[in-house]
Amino acid sequence: MTTTTPSIEERAGADGERSTISLVLRELRKAPLTAWFGMLVIFAYLFVALFAHWVAPYGESQVFDTPYANWAYIPHWSWLGPIPYWVTFEPTGSEFLLGTDQLGRDMLTRLIYGARNTIGIAVATTLLSFAIGGGLGILAAVRGGWFDQILSRAVDVLMAIPSLIFALMLLSIFGSSVLNLIIIIAILDSTRVFRLSRAVAMNVVVMDFVEAARLRGERLAWIMRREILPNVLPPLVAEFGLRFCFVFLTISALSFLGVGIQPPTADWGSMVRENATLITYGNVTPLLPAGAIALLTVAVNFVVDWFLHKTSGLRDEH
Amino acid sequence: MSTSMNGKAASATGAAEDVLLDIRGLRIEGQSDDVWSQIVKGVDVKLVRGRVLGLIGESGAGKSTIGLAAMGFARPGCRITGGEIYFEGTDIRKLSQSEQIRLRGRRIAYVAQSAAAAFNPAHRLIDQVVEASLAHGLMTREEAVARAIELFGRLGLPDPENIGNRYPHQVSGGQLQRIMTAMALAPRPSLVVFDEPTTALDVTTQIDVLVAIKNAIHAEGASALYITHDLAVVAQIADEIMVLRHGRMVELGATDDIISRPKEEYTRDLVGIRQIHKTEGNGLAREPLLFVDGVTAAYGNALTVLHDVTVFLPQAQTLAIVGESGSGKSTMARVITGLLPPRKGVIRFQGQNLPPRLADRSKEQLRVLQMIYQMPDVAINPRQKVREIIGRPLDFYFGLSGRERDARVSELLEQIELGRKFLDRYPAELSGGQKQRVCIARALAAEPRLIICDEPTSALDPLVADGILKLLLRLQAETKVSYLFITHDIATVRAIADSVCVLYRGKVVRFGPKAEVLAPPFDDYTDLLLKSVPEMQVGWLEDVLKTRRMESAGN
Repeated sequence: MTTTTPSIEERAGADGERSTISLVLRELRKAPLTAWFGMLVIFAYLFVALFAHWVAPYGESQVFDTPYANWAYIPHWSWLGPIPYWVTFEPTGSEFLLGTDQLGRDMLTRLIYGARNTIGIAVATTLLSFAIGGGLGILAAVRGGWFDQILSRAVDVLMAIPSLIFALMLLSIFGSSVLNLIIIIAILDSTRVFRLSRAVAMNVVVMDFVEAARLRGERLAWIMRREILPNVLPPLVAEFGLRFCFVFLTISALSFLGVGIQPPTADWGSMVRENATLITYGNVTPLLPAGAIALLTVAVNFVVDWFLHKTSGLRDEH
Repeated sequence: MSTSMNGKAASATGAAEDVLLDIRGLRIEGQSDDVWSQIVKGVDVKLVRGRVLGLIGESGAGKSTIGLAAMGFARPGCRITGGEIYFEGTDIRKLSQSEQIRLRGRRIAYVAQSAAAAFNPAHRLIDQVVEASLAHGLMTREEAVARAIELFGRLGLPDPENIGNRYPHQVSGGQLQRIMTAMALAPRPSLVVFDEPTTALDVTTQIDVLVAIKNAIHAEGASALYITHDLAVVAQIADEIMVLRHGRMVELGATDDIISRPKEEYTRDLVGIRQIHKTEGNGLAREPLLFVDGVTAAYGNALTVLHDVTVFLPQAQTLAIVGESGSGKSTMARVITGLLPPRKGVIRFQGQNLPPRLADRSKEQLRVLQMIYQMPDVAINPRQKVREIIGRPLDFYFGLSGRERDARVSELLEQIELGRKFLDRYPAELSGGQKQRVCIARALAAEPRLIICDEPTSALDPLVADGILKLLLRLQAETKVSYLFITHDIATVRAIADSVCVLYRGKVVRFGPKAEVLAPPFDDYTDLLLKSVPEMQVGWLEDVLKTRRMESAGN
């Protein structure tokens, strides 16, 4: 007993053709404020990252002779009342909008280039980890049997080792180039993607339309790409957003520990580390890259939450 | 129209009679995609104490929603927006939440379609059966248990003293459905709402449950709303029948009147189904298209599902494989298609041995053998448009593409009576019957010699199923395709088969031309199977019980 039959008939009677764009626009109009905020932030970040050359006021590693320039005045209570701690304090709105770092490089410029490097590497890593994990996950679900068993147990073994420590170890063995960083984090992260895509694909593989494709004689690749992938895509896209955040944090953490992105390349994680000691002197400079990381993570999560809600069931899809 | 019909019914039953349930102008809205739309559009229901009213209609008719509304309840996503529901003289809608809850389970009880989903698997049956009586403080536990045992006996359950100590998974589906009926009847309610209680059961089990329910209702003197989509079933149990469609009443009358003298056209259609009749082809002597020769098949090492099965099927004819669930019908389809290589025996097709494994078969061998599934919802990819679903076999087998392919897809759509405006629809935009038609078109696109139909009509509404059967017959006449038709429904067999094979626990009990198989003398199992199909005739149930020779497996 369903109650949807009349509405299906009505809709079918109206028109069969409808464009994907108008559907997307309709969904966007209904999106909650948090999702809008998230999308706005993400687009701003992407814009800045893509056009870093034009947006940034100075060069990526251009050094000025005014290190430790603070951009804000933090009251430091003492016997004498609030006093500025650093003599090289530059007031807001001067030539360095957000001050300078420990070597005298413009903070704003570093942040902008950091967006390009960190986000770029995070996106590349997440894409690679989804290509590996998603592909193998769906393949394991379709093939089943010993193939699935071997792959799943191998993934279990990988997941049993704390990934940050494992990454540290591998990076110190292979050296911390950007390429190594991307490959190592992608492989370690693909285990989680594998688990998810295998689980979701398992539910699709048992459907009769997959059996129908098999009976037709379709090849494995076609079944994976055309019959299964479109049906597992919504949860995977949502997961992409989440994994992106984690990869992003992992890279930042590795950079903070000194094995991630190497100087002088601007990167938010290493920027936090390099300026970390300043915090004890009431200088907020290290909080800027940390804040940039936090804001992006929150924004991506807002969008992912909304997307997950939209696609939690296929019934919302028509 | 509804008021005049209601007036007639009232005068027929006599105004002085004790009206138990009186629903007037009931309106219920349902939510889909954030929009509220009416799903019950002003329905009046009147039920006299001690009688059984059958509510019948196709999916979306609103019959379950009305059944729940009789308890003052609306499912999540539904809301009652208008009308009065008088139960024993009081309007349930005006009662407070807690007063409504005190009615439910005590004065009004509900029996759901899926007993397996309605029982908690972690508790013993007896504890769940007595729960309502104890919760409402009607009886002590000893009294409630005694009452449950009495009901178990009345419902014909084996070993009524001890069956309650089992867990839900330890009894059969038919027994569980009867235990749920006992649970509903235990607190002596005056109204029981049965929502398709036998639909999920096997055909041979169904009539046992039906008899048990009927006897129990009469013995208890309870009234009942009996909801179903099967007119033949409701004819056995109801005193009056109300036919519903699209949330409105179509016709109301005494059971005998509805069955033998329906007034509305829709009711006539419902009564008239199952009257397709195919004159049988005489081709069993000819060279068979498909020859299943001594096939034994098993899952794993332990479970043998088919034992030495030999059947054959000539060109342009239909072989029906009949049996209840677990008889090996679907396994046979899996063996023929190569999904399950047989342990012993061979499959011959057009005189050639087919490789046992799917992977070893050539594209041509795959093309000539297509399949239609039971559940059209999962048989087509929800992310592909109709154009792609039907077009893929054309591309795959014949290399058609672009305009040529679209033209052929449109042609196929015309053939299945849908038309080219369906080209760009997604499956979610099709009704159940339309989806099944698309599945048929996908099979036809390969221009097969044989289509295996695995219960293609059992998940559909009767009228829609009828349309599908007619379509299949027409397509057979046009394209000379053969069907291997798997079903549990003898009425469908009568409608479309040329020859019949009766399977029972993996063995062929009977095989031959339809006229021979469906004519006496019968073996015991075929007798039971034939007599288990409800016929559109009042009093059929009693006749069957007198004449059948074998008890169904449920007991």
